[in-house]
Amino acid sequence: MSNPSDLKYTKTHEWVRLENGVATVGMTDYAQGELGDITYLELPDPGTSVSATEPFGVVESVKAASDIYAPVNGEVVETNEAAVGSPDVINSSPYEGAWLIKVKLDGDGGGALMSADEYATYLEEVAH
Amino acid sequence: MTDENLVRTPLYERHQQLGAKLIPFAGYEMPVQYTGIIAEHNAVRQQAGLFDLGHMGQVDVSGPQALDYLQRITTNDVSQLVPGQAHYSMLPNPQGGVIDDILIYRRPGGDGYMVVINASNHARDVAWMKQQEAALALNAGVRDISDETGMIAIQGPNAVAITKTLTSDPIESIPYYAWDKASVARVPVLIARTGYTGEDGFEIYPAIDQATTIWDALMAAGADKGLQPIGLGARDTLRLEARMPLYGQELSDTISPIEAGLGWAVKLDKGDFIGREHIAAIKEQGPKRKAVGFRTTERSGAPRTHYPVGVNGSPVGEVTSGAFSPTLGENIGLALIEAESAGVGKPLQVEIRGKWIDAEQIKMPFYKRPGA
Repeated sequence: MSNPSDLKYTKTHEWVRLENGVATVGMTDYAQGELGDITYLELPDPGTSVSATEPFGVVESVKAASDIYAPVNGEVVETNEAAVGSPDVINSSPYEGAWLIKVKLDGDGGGALMSADEYATYLEEVAH
Repeated sequence: MTDENLVRTPLYERHQQLGAKLIPFAGYEMPVQYTGIIAEHNAVRQQAGLFDLGHMGQVDVSGPQALDYLQRITTNDVSQLVPGQAHYSMLPNPQGGVIDDILIYRRPGGDGYMVVINASNHARDVAWMKQQEAALALNAGVRDISDETGMIAIQGPNAVAITKTLTSDPIESIPYYAWDKASVARVPVLIARTGYTGEDGFEIYPAIDQATTIWDALMAAGADKGLQPIGLGARDTLRLEARMPLYGQELSDTISPIEAGLGWAVKLDKGDFIGREHIAAIKEQGPKRKAVGFRTTERSGAPRTHYPVGVNGSPVGEVTSGAFSPTLGENIGLALIEAESAGVGKPLQVEIRGKWIDAEQIKMPFYKRPGA
């Protein structure tokens, strides 16, 4: 699965779609592959403030638990309850089916985001 | 991240060809998963799974005083084993804790025993066994045969049928916890009706240079019966559902077999053995800690080894093993807790990421295969 070119990426393997002052956030294909079968997802309530590089949620697989980091500053306006109910959607459809939260940007949102090409280069460095 | 000091089993190339995710385990480079832990777990429960167990150790004990020796260094009663029979047992230390848990097989000809030991304790167990052979001055013929002995398991509802297509020997008649000589895929093997999953099936012991032949033959024979290769990740979730202990978690140097709920594998009346007095005292006085099974009753992440366990916010012990159970669709675990708090139906809480999560103590095993 290649990384969609219309998205931005973080070093902690989240993807972001920025549209009209709202960021949609999920986990990349690389992240779900590293974790393995995902069994549990914890997301913040709408109204929660998030800060770029700070954890906003937790994802668990059979073998590991991992924080999920906010790529931008803002306020959570929507969460993907379907993904919370069936977290394995993150494995099968990390970009389409498994968006996790939508964030109303605080200002321009901040955050150090990479393009798809930059993320691909970054992966070559980190993924042995 | 590779470590050139990791040992590879004869099946390493097969794991690579199958696209396995390889990890270091007990000094070996082993597959933790191929397609995914949950898919592999379900394959074993519903069809069949194939396991490379080349990392486990085997010790031959076939000298003239083998029986007396094994009686002294293990907890179970070896004199009860008839030729071709096996049992689960433990190597106790002098303080009544556990050095390793083991399987002892009496050879089908009646001439000696094979002891199967955990990969993680291989060097320690062999050193201990040889040391005790000398200390007890018994001619037991202790010999590490791990480098000559292959080990592959096939487990699941289709396991026996798949294996049967490769032999004309009556392997389907081998009783649970028994083994026999057979010819499988024209390879002479010892084939045992034992396993670590809670499903029916075999653990197969060919000569080590025939391990790949056995693996390839079973994979081909099982192709139309849903046979999948299974990694260590699913091996762990399968054994947990069947309430089988893992040394280093449910058992250790400082956990008594009585505390661990494994008193059934301790035969105090068989005669003297290492640590007997300590184990007998704990049994008589009642253990101060008990192993209990639990499930979480509110939504949470998985309970994991060493997570604190409490009652009404007061710590009473810790999780020894825990996981999301693919078969049950919920979080399950084993915990070692103060005896007063133990009891099916009694409340329990598990601390997960700083929050006490509600759980309840339940009867075990968590999973029992149909008809068992």
